[in-house]
Amino acid sequence: MAADTVPVTGWGRTAPTAARLIRPRTYGEAALAVRDCGARGGIARGLGRAYGDAAQNAGGAVLDMTGLDRVHAIDADGGTVLCDAGVSLHRLMQVLLPLGWFVPVTPGTRYVTVGGAIGADIHGKNHHVSGSFSRHVLSLELLTADGDVRTVVPGTPLFEATAGGMGLTGVILTATVRLQPVQTSLMSVDTERANDLDDLMARLADTDHRYRYSVAWIDLLARGRATGRAVLTRGDHAPLDALPPGTRARRDPLSFRTSRLPAAPSFLPEGLLSRTTVGLFNELWYRRAPRARTGQLQRIPAFFHPLDGVPHWNRVYGPGGFVQYQFVVGHGREDALRRIVRRISERRCPSFLAVLKRFGEADPGWLSFPVPGWTLALDIPAALPGLAGFLDELDEEVAGAGGRVYLAKDSRLRPELLAAMYPRLADFRALRAELDPRAVFTSDLSRRLHL
Amino acid sequence: MKDAFGLPQSLLVLGGTSEIALATARRLIARRTRTVWLAGRPSPGLDEAAGQLRGLGADVRTVAFDALDPAAHEDALGKVFAEGDIDMVLLAFGTLGDQAHDERDPNAAVRVAQTNYTGAVSAGLVCAGALQTQGHGSLVVLSSVAGERARRANFIYGSSKAGLDAFAQGLGDALHGTGVHVMVVRPGFVRTRMTAGLPEAPLATTPEAVAAAVELGLRRRAETVWVPGALRMVMSALRHLPRGVFRRLPV
Ligand SMILES: Cc1cc2nc3c(=O)[nH]c(=O)nc-3n(C[C@H](O)[C@H](O)[C@H](O)COP(=O)(O)OP(=O)(O)OC[C@H]3O[C@@H](n4cnc5c(N)ncnc54)[C@H](O)[C@@H]3O)c2cc1C
Ligand SMILES: NC(=O)c1ccc[n+]([C@@H]2O[C@H](COP(=O)([O-])OP(=O)(O)OC[C@H]3O[C@@H](n4cnc5c(N)ncnc54)[C@H](OP(=O)(O)O)[C@@H]3O)[C@@H](O)[C@H]2O)c1
Repeated sequence: MAADTVPVTGWGRTAPTAARLIRPRTYGEAALAVRDCGARGGIARGLGRAYGDAAQNAGGAVLDMTGLDRVHAIDADGGTVLCDAGVSLHRLMQVLLPLGWFVPVTPGTRYVTVGGAIGADIHGKNHHVSGSFSRHVLSLELLTADGDVRTVVPGTPLFEATAGGMGLTGVILTATVRLQPVQTSLMSVDTERANDLDDLMARLADTDHRYRYSVAWIDLLARGRATGRAVLTRGDHAPLDALPPGTRARRDPLSFRTSRLPAAPSFLPEGLLSRTTVGLFNELWYRRAPRARTGQLQRIPAFFHPLDGVPHWNRVYGPGGFVQYQFVVGHGREDALRRIVRRISERRCPSFLAVLKRFGEADPGWLSFPVPGWTLALDIPAALPGLAGFLDELDEEVAGAGGRVYLAKDSRLRPELLAAMYPRLADFRALRAELDPRAVFTSDLSRRLHL
Repeated sequence: MKDAFGLPQSLLVLGGTSEIALATARRLIARRTRTVWLAGRPSPGLDEAAGQLRGLGADVRTVAFDALDPAAHEDALGKVFAEGDIDMVLLAFGTLGDQAHDERDPNAAVRVAQTNYTGAVSAGLVCAGALQTQGHGSLVVLSSVAGERARRANFIYGSSKAGLDAFAQGLGDALHGTGVHVMVVRPGFVRTRMTAGLPEAPLATTPEAVAAAVELGLRRRAETVWVPGALRMVMSALRHLPRGVFRRLPV
C-alpha cells in the first residue's frame, strides 16, 4: 500500500493542500489505513470530481478508493449490481449496457465513482423523475471509525447521514444499486430554444413531466431582453423501434461507444476564458441549436457527458482554477432565481454554458442537496476580481429564499450560512459525534464548514 | 481552511501591533477570518489592538512573543498551533532602527539585525514546521524594497531585510509541494508609525493598500508581491544601476 505526501485539489484546482495519499487494494488495507490515519484523520476520495475541498484532507490521509474497483455481481434479470465503491460509472456503463441496463442516475461526467455518487448523493437530468443516486442504493457496506464494517440499508439514520454525507460517516466499501432497464444505448432527444428566462421556466414547468431526462443550457452572458435565453435538451432512452432498420445501430443496439480527444495541455495561461471568448462561444451554441427538433438519436456521451470528450478540460481555466456555483431555490421562489440570473448576467461573469434544471421531490439524505425547485450551476474563473464578495451576496439571496448551495461543488461558502441551508445539520453533527467521537473522518470541507 | 480565493479563516500575526498587519487583519476579518492571534511584546498597545479586532467580530487572543528571544519561539508559537489550525501567518514584526545612531552603536545595529533577520529565521522556521504538519497554510512575510538593494541611508535595516527576503524565498522553495505557501511582500514607503517623521519617498502608500495587495496575492497564490505594484519595474531598473550612479541617488 503506497503512501505519498502530495498536494491534492478538487476538480476546480483551487486551495491545494498536502496529504498522504493511500491507495488500498483490499478492504483489509482500507481498514488498516483508517486505523493508522493519525491525528489529522482520513477521508475517502473517488475520482476527485467534486469541485472543491470535499476529498482533501490537509496533513492527514486521503484514501484513493479507485484501487477497489471490482464489479462483484450483476443480477441481469432483476436489474441490480453489487460493486466496490471505487468502480466508476463509466465502467458500470461499459459492463451493464450490453446487458440492457443503465445506471439509475448519471451526473454530467461518467468519471465519478459509486462511492462519490453516494457520498455527494448526486443528481442527474432525471432527478424530477428518479430522485438522487442514493434512492437507488439498496444497501451499502460502510467502514466506520471504530474499524467495523456495517451493512447499511435505506430508512436508517446511518444511511441517511451517509447519503450526501461527503465521506464523513466512513468509507463506503461496496454498494448494491438498482438499475434502469434500456433497450438501446442511444438517446432520443428533443431540442428547443427558449428566448428568455421566463420562457424557459414556463417550458420546463409545463412539459418536464413528459421526459425522463431534462436540462437546459442557459447563456448567462446574454443581457436585456435575452437574459436567461437557453437551449433545452430533453429525452429518454431510445426504444429499439426508434432505430432505423438495417443500420449498424439497429443490429447492435446496446453497444457503448465513447471517444476522447487529446487532453488539454497541462499548462495554460490565465485569462484564456474572457468575457469575449466565452460570450462568443455561448452565442454560437445558442445559434447553432435548432429552434425545435424532436426525436434526434444521440449517443450517451453526447447527451449526458459532453465535457468528458476532452480529458482534463478543467485546465482551460489556467493555474488559478475555477469555482462552480450551484444552488437550488424552492418552487414559489422564482423571484430569487430571476434576481440571481439578472445579477450574474449584469455582472458579466465569463461563465460557459450554465445549467438550469427543475428538481423533483427532496431526497432522504440529511445533507442531500436537492429540494423541489430550481437549480442553477455555473463555472467561473476563480481569478475574476471581486468574485468572492459577489458569491457571498448570492449566498445571501439563496439562503434568504430558503435555498442552499451544493457541497460537492462548494469551495468557498461562509460556514455561518450552512445551518440555515441544511436544517438537518444538527442531526448530522450529532450522529457523527457519537459514531466518530475523535473525528477520524475529516476533510478540508469539514474543517472549513465545521460539518 | 483557506477557501478557493485563498482567504483564511484563522490568522496568526507576529508583531501584533504592526499597523500594516492590523490593516490586513481588518480586511481579512471582513471576508472570512474569525480567529486571530496577535503575537507580540505585551503592552497596552497589543491589548488595544486585540480589542479593536474583537469589535469587528473576530475571536482574538494575544500571546507573548519577542523576536529577540528566539529560544522561546517554539514554546510560544507551538501553543498557538496546538489550539487549532492556522491558515495564515503574517510575519510583520520589524524595526527600522536609527541608521545614523546605529552606525555609531554596533550593539543597537545588531538588535536591528536580530529582530528583522535572525528573529524571523527562528519564528519563520517554527511556523513553517507547524504549517507543514497541518499540510496547508500561507506564511506571508513582510520584507521591504529596502532589502532589494542596500542604500547608504538605511543599509543596516536594508541588509537585515535582504537577509529576511532571501530566507523567505528559500523557505518558499523548500516548502513547494507541501501544501504550504510562502509569500514575500515587498512594500515601499508605507505611512505608519515606523516611518512617521521621515521624508516621504516616491510611490508612498498606505497600510490599507498593502492589505489589499496581500489579499490579491493570496488569491493568486503569488510568491512575490510589490506594493505598489509599480515598484517591481522601478526596482528592477534600480537594481542594475552602476554603483557610482546608485550611490549618488537622492533616495
Ligand atoms: C463535469 C462535471 C459534471 C458534474 N455534474 C454533476 C451533476 O450533474 N450532478 C451532480 O450531482 N454532481 C455533478 N458533478 C459532481 C460529481 O458528481 C460529484 O462531486 C461526485 O461526488 C464526484 O465523485 P468522485 O468519485 O469523483 O468523488 P470525489 O470527488 O473524489 O469525492 C466526493 C465526495 O465523496 C466522498 N467519497 C468518495 N468516495 C467515497 C467512498 N468510497 N466512501 C465514502 N465517501 C466517498 C468524498 O469523501 C467526497 O466527500 C459533476 C462534476 C463534474 C466534474
Ligand atoms: N512602514 C513602512 O514603510 C514599511 C515598508 C516596508 C516594509 N515594512 C515592514 O513591515 C512590517 C510592519 O511595519 P509597520 O509599518 O506596520 O510598522 P509598525 O507599526 O511599527 O510595526 C512594527 C511591529 O514590529 C514589532 N516589533 C518590533 N520589535 C519587536 C520584537 N523584538 N519582538 C516582537 N515584535 C517586535 C512591533 O511591536 P511593538 O508594539 O512591541 O513595538 C510592531 O508590532 C515591518 O517588518 C517593516 O519592516 C514597513
